[in-house]
Amino acid sequence: MIKAILIFNNHGKPRLSKFYEHYTEDTEQQIIRETFHLVSKRDENVCNFLEGGLLIGGSENKLIYRHYATLYFVFCVDSSESELGILDLIQVFVETLDKCFENVCELDLIFHMDKVHNILAEMVMGGMVLETNMSEIITQAEAHNKMEKSEAGIAGAPARAVSAVKNMNLPEMPKNINIGDISIKVPNLPSFK
Amino acid sequence: MPAPIRLRELIRTIRTARTQAEEREMIQKECAAIRSSFREEDNTYRCRNVAKLLYMHMLGYPAHFGQLECLKLIASQKFTDKRIGYLGAMLLLDERQDVHLLMTNCIKNDLNHSTQYVQGLSLCTLGCMGSSEMCRDLAGEVEKLLKTSNSYLRKKAALCAVHVIRKVPELMEMFLPATKNLLSEKNHGVLHTSVVLLTEMCERSPDMLSHFRKLVPQLVRILKNLIMSGYSPEHDVSGISDPFLQVRILRLLRILGKGDDDSSEAMNDILAQVATNTETSKNVGNAILYETVLTIMDIKSESGLRVLAINILGRFLLNNDKNIRYVALTSLLKTVQTDHNAVQRHRSTIVDCLKDLDVSIKRRAMELSFALVNGNNIRGMMKELLYFLDSCDPDFKADCASGIFLAAEKYAPSKRWHIDTVMRVLTTAGSYVRDDSVPNLIQLITNSVEMHAYTVQRLYKALLDDISQQPLVQVASWCIGEYGDLLVSGQLHCIILHT
Repeated sequence: MIKAILIFNNHGKPRLSKFYEHYTEDTEQQIIRETFHLVSKRDENVCNFLEGGLLIGGSENKLIYRHYATLYFVFCVDSSESELGILDLIQVFVETLDKCFENVCELDLIFHMDKVHNILAEMVMGGMVLETNMSEIITQAEAHNKMEKSEAGIAGAPARAVSAVKNMNLPEMPKNINIGDISIKVPNLPSFK
Repeated sequence: MPAPIRLRELIRTIRTARTQAEEREMIQKECAAIRSSFREEDNTYRCRNVAKLLYMHMLGYPAHFGQLECLKLIASQKFTDKRIGYLGAMLLLDERQDVHLLMTNCIKNDLNHSTQYVQGLSLCTLGCMGSSEMCRDLAGEVEKLLKTSNSYLRKKAALCAVHVIRKVPELMEMFLPATKNLLSEKNHGVLHTSVVLLTEMCERSPDMLSHFRKLVPQLVRILKNLIMSGYSPEHDVSGISDPFLQVRILRLLRILGKGDDDSSEAMNDILAQVATNTETSKNVGNAILYETVLTIMDIKSESGLRVLAINILGRFLLNNDKNIRYVALTSLLKTVQTDHNAVQRHRSTIVDCLKDLDVSIKRRAMELSFALVNGNNIRGMMKELLYFLDSCDPDFKADCASGIFLAAEKYAPSKRWHIDTVMRVLTTAGSYVRDDSVPNLIQLITNSVEMHAYTVQRLYKALLDDISQQPLVQVASWCIGEYGDLLVSGQLHCIILHT
């Protein structure tokens, strides 16, 4: 079982934290800090497995992590999960994020935390692996987004307009349109009573 | 009152904070705004406010006042609201009884919703944080969804069932009929979660285990199809067809085959096939091999297969990838009791791993080395282990010292060698030796009567060099007290000889 999935940056700022077992808010923050402390000490060329910190269950649980540029992806698992399998799972997760956000970077995770949670919910449920097929996950996440957009109503109109314009194939617009001086005579309209 | 700011705005604002105090101030201001918005029962912006609350929660600020708002969102008709509401429920809700009770009805309605995505959301939330009462009330709905033909819902229902069984084990029987044709599914997602469900049931109940043994031929067939099927773009990961499913099936086979001759026999061929045919150039291939090896070692496999498995582990030990080496050492540790001789063949590689730079690998190698020590190799192994004790991190020294004492006690070829080894440990890692070793050492010295003179002289010399290590000082002082006469009675030339 996966106990927790954490993403934080090189300074320990959390970008995503999902716990599949119940802990109090304080304990959760302590676990994040402790995990960052353990993982950031590691060299670049050592193995990606660590014994879990005391707060998350000690030596029975393992921390399996991958370091990509400025982000650490850490899965805390118990002994029933295959370590190499979880490494592959992290890879699939990151590749899925990459496809969904188009060359994902830390900023994407910062501003779209809820979307990342939704993608993760299609992969891991209740601490167990639900789906590992990348195209399946992406299809379902996109279906969810479509449903949200269709509900957005008036509030979503500007966003929809923007994305509609983005997707439109505009022919080449001439840069300088010189209409010249036009004097339009506005007729005097009778007033309506 | 102006519309509450969007989540994006909030994030942007918080990122401009230059100190922790500034950030805290911004968050408190926003929390106050959110609280008053909640008080006004504002339906339009509730979703936005809860989203902001979840963000602040992630950063570590208290957010429990939003719990009831999540419930209101879940009860709303809009998908957008439900989505954030369920997410909030999973992230924020604690074990409060009343909140769970309120949720049960909402989840029940959503489990029967006309839109599959809403059903999916409720299954997900129930499967993540459902309490035992909730699970008891809703198990029937989950069981119904387990039998649906919609594969999106079926796979979620399977994992939800696992959660229900974990919370309320008595309900396991209820899901038995629905498992009948789970394995005939074509959809890999459903297959994967079904195998997880079957694994959970077999691990919990020996009756279920014997009941599901009859599934072994079917599992073997599925595995065979995966290996032989050639390239299938939708499940391919680095050239291997759905490695995650293969690993899951291998694990279930392990549980089913353990202790049972017939099942073990039925899976022998496929295990040999996987072990020899899997590509090892990428991590996914190695993950499958690793699982295969563990399965071979756990079931009643024939000896040829077992030797094959240990040799695979031996190859792993020489792999450049540190993760593979770590995993190999872990598996060898599990098998060293049952297949001691086969593991002995790889002793030199294991001992080399003691010199690895990686702390996790060193620890595994140390444990394995101690397991491999026997009467034949004690001298050689002890040399390596003492060298390791000298150079390893302080975290290891206590365990290493205790291990060395144990090994020396069991296999010491001579009393003099034993005393020398003990002395060596006391002088190199004296301050890390555990307190309970001291009486044992004193006992040992007392019993080796002919060595008293030698021992006390060496201990005295050690004290002359370094008097700071407490266990050493304790043992030495006791000895000098007991055998002081041997020390001073004109045996000085022995000290000079030994220097």
